[in-house]
Amino acid sequence: MAIEDDVLVIGGGLAGATAALAAAEQDVQVRLITHKQSTLRHASGLIDVLGYTPEGDGPLVDPFDALADLPDGHPYERVGAEAVREALSFFDDVAGEAYAGAHTDANALVPTHGGTVKPTARYPASTAAGLASDDRDALLVGFETLPDFEAPLAGAHLEAAGVPFSARGVTLSFPGIVRDDAKVTRYAHLLDQNESVSTGAGETGAREALAAAVEAHLEDESRVGFPAILGDDHAAEVRADLADALGVDVFEVPMGPPSLPGLRLEDLLYEALEDAGVRVTSGVPVVEYETGADGDRIDHVVVDRTGSKLPHRADQYVLATGGLVGKGVRSERERVYEPLFDCHVPHAADRYDWFVDDVFGDQPYARFGLRVDRELRPLTADDEPEFSNLRAAGAVLSGYDFAAEKSGGGVSLATGYVAGTRAGEEGGE
Amino acid sequence: MRAADAGEFMSDAEHPTDDGVSSDDEFEPIQVFPEAEEMDLRPGADNCYKCSTCDTNCPVAEVDDEFPGPKFQGPEQWRLKRQDDHDIDDSVMKCSNCMRCDSACPSEVPLSQMHNTARGEYVDEHMNTLSREYIRNRILANYRRLAPLAAAFPRTANFVMGLSVTQWLGEKTLGITGEREFPEFATETFREWWTKRGGNATSKQRAQEARAERGGATDEAKRIAYFHGCYSNYNTPEVAKALVRVYEHFGYEVMVPEQSCSGTPMFANGMLEDARRAAETNVRELAAALEEGADIIASCSSCSMSIRQEYPELFDFEGTDDVAANTWDAVEYLRVHEDLEGELEGTSLEDESFAYHAPCHSRNQGLDGQTIEVLGAIDGIDAHDVGDSCSGISGTYGWKEENYETSMKIGEEMFEHMDDAPAETGLTECPTCSMQMEHGTGYEIKHTLEIIAAALVGTDLETDHDHQQAR
Repeated sequence: MAIEDDVLVIGGGLAGATAALAAAEQDVQVRLITHKQSTLRHASGLIDVLGYTPEGDGPLVDPFDALADLPDGHPYERVGAEAVREALSFFDDVAGEAYAGAHTDANALVPTHGGTVKPTARYPASTAAGLASDDRDALLVGFETLPDFEAPLAGAHLEAAGVPFSARGVTLSFPGIVRDDAKVTRYAHLLDQNESVSTGAGETGAREALAAAVEAHLEDESRVGFPAILGDDHAAEVRADLADALGVDVFEVPMGPPSLPGLRLEDLLYEALEDAGVRVTSGVPVVEYETGADGDRIDHVVVDRTGSKLPHRADQYVLATGGLVGKGVRSERERVYEPLFDCHVPHAADRYDWFVDDVFGDQPYARFGLRVDRELRPLTADDEPEFSNLRAAGAVLSGYDFAAEKSGGGVSLATGYVAGTRAGEEGGE
Repeated sequence: MRAADAGEFMSDAEHPTDDGVSSDDEFEPIQVFPEAEEMDLRPGADNCYKCSTCDTNCPVAEVDDEFPGPKFQGPEQWRLKRQDDHDIDDSVMKCSNCMRCDSACPSEVPLSQMHNTARGEYVDEHMNTLSREYIRNRILANYRRLAPLAAAFPRTANFVMGLSVTQWLGEKTLGITGEREFPEFATETFREWWTKRGGNATSKQRAQEARAERGGATDEAKRIAYFHGCYSNYNTPEVAKALVRVYEHFGYEVMVPEQSCSGTPMFANGMLEDARRAAETNVRELAAALEEGADIIASCSSCSMSIRQEYPELFDFEGTDDVAANTWDAVEYLRVHEDLEGELEGTSLEDESFAYHAPCHSRNQGLDGQTIEVLGAIDGIDAHDVGDSCSGISGTYGWKEENYETSMKIGEEMFEHMDDAPAETGLTECPTCSMQMEHGTGYEIKHTLEIIAAALVGTDLETDHDHQQAR
């Protein structure tokens, strides 16, 4: 017999987790199945809504002003501006004090590890003291063994971008790290556990040793920015200890993958899933599905366990398997396709029309994905819902270029929230 | 992420580059390389786009920055050793084979397969077979060969193993840490109990009785072949007995085929030849059981992991894939083939709380949430998941003197969470995780099947003729 739930969410990233949480609000039994760990580990941890228009205008001061002008088929146009607001407020309740930015509609400007400034709607509390709109001078601290953050370069880049403060960068050696390519989790673990490290002054806790190393370089700056490696499980405590020792505010600069703010967001969401009673199955792919007699509804899906087939049945399904990176959309020489339900993915017949030569140009492939109705049901080429009990959310959707628009987090939240809520409402009937 | 998109999209290893070929021309791909006769890991290596997600999952790299992490051990080392001037790096022996990197990789790189082959090659080509480390590893990997001796004289063995002088000797002469206490050997192995009980014939009769009582067809063939593994045979036969009672309760005839070690400790120590011999026996015996209409059931998460994933990745005996595809975790099988949760609804046990740790090898099989879900149906049982950290022992890994400290550092998070959970008893499906949980907290540790057996057929093990009671 199949393992049964009311709502089954396939995919464990921001969209899938949000969909599962939203469905669970409707008092139904929800399961989330994720093949691999979510791509939140690749994510900056920032929750953006819209930083630039599809035409490239921006950075936008107020993303909500621009929502009404988005083209037909854009995920925000599908769900409507009100749903975007509801989804953000849903996220704010889940995230609590771990995130900031809810006090205003306006985008915050967060400095990144490259020294650029990213417009975003919500940001981790750890980056709050680093905002580019703040006019306090900042010292940026990088580490010799962590080439992903070149502090002097990032500082110079920020100043060149016209931030209203001076940003000075220094590069230090990280107390307790000997290996050139130590993992970001190693830095975080050292600080989390405040492991004992050897310095010129003898054995001391990693947090004190780091503060002492930085203090020697601090001039009159009133805030210090570190790459985002300041702890994992006990990040707030690590930051507070460093701030106390230095007597200034401490903030993190979001980094590229793998990213601790992304990991922390993942932990936060999965704890919320556990609290909400959502059942999580990870490490195994959903590979097939069966429809009911009429062919209109998905009856059950099949999980592959190294050859064994495990049926999972639910009343409602949400597909949140990601885009080209998450492998929710795949391609081969002749076609672009959605591998699980084979939902229609509109694309040019000639593969040379899938891309343009300018790498950072307007790439058609960036918008590949599923077309959906306003209920977020994937549509066939003839504009009919593929299945009456399937909805899609997040990067598997077409009609937007999240990297160019800076809209990835917001689209995942808004469509996950709407798909999950609707699935929960119908799954409970 | 845009650049990553482009890279992923354009350089997929399955698609040769065809720059310069006009889109109007008919393009016929040709086979450039001969069919590989040996295991070809190139497509796997080429799939790595260096996101480093695997590295953030590695429990060893998190506490030991001398370990270069799974991305290096897998695709990077594989590429390096294509060159004549690079040998396998000895750091591969620091990998604990938890296999977490497998479920981390978003790009289908077969990391644990690469680690297993690299480790095997390192041991074959670079390890001195007279060295203390090799001899120690061989002994640890082949625990099953020593266990029958200890099991024949369990009281003596337990006494000798418990002596501090034995532990001291173990550390000084072999490099087996003196910090741990050797697991106790049972005074009666599972197989001894099974034979005494009347073997398959008794099970067949009990299963028929149970089917009659449940109102099913008595001649319906419901049959499983139990892969008990070494630990539940020699050390925790109560787990194996619980499995037998639970399956007979549902009307299954249990067969206990001849079997060798699953190979897990051999893979972890790079003893691939030993693993091959063990796997050959197991595949042969289990394939024969399949012929007789049985599905294969394991109670140890590493045994099922090994048969399901490592066998097909590393060996190609006749029937390997068939055996892998028909091997199940004991609880999972009942969820799919019976209404386990329905059967457990309404059962009750005396109030007890458990701190549950999902072993890495369960996680990799998609079983991490299962125990909490299933036990939730039993009144009085309260199981708390202690989170996704690794226990740190990883089979024989934490037994080695040089790994003991790393192993305990990794386990720290699990110990903390067990301590925070409102429970004084631990629960898990992996024998060595269970050792580590006990070592770090002093708790008694149980196996999920023991709780299910208690709920379904009671705890009075000697009078299990009454196996239909208790509901």
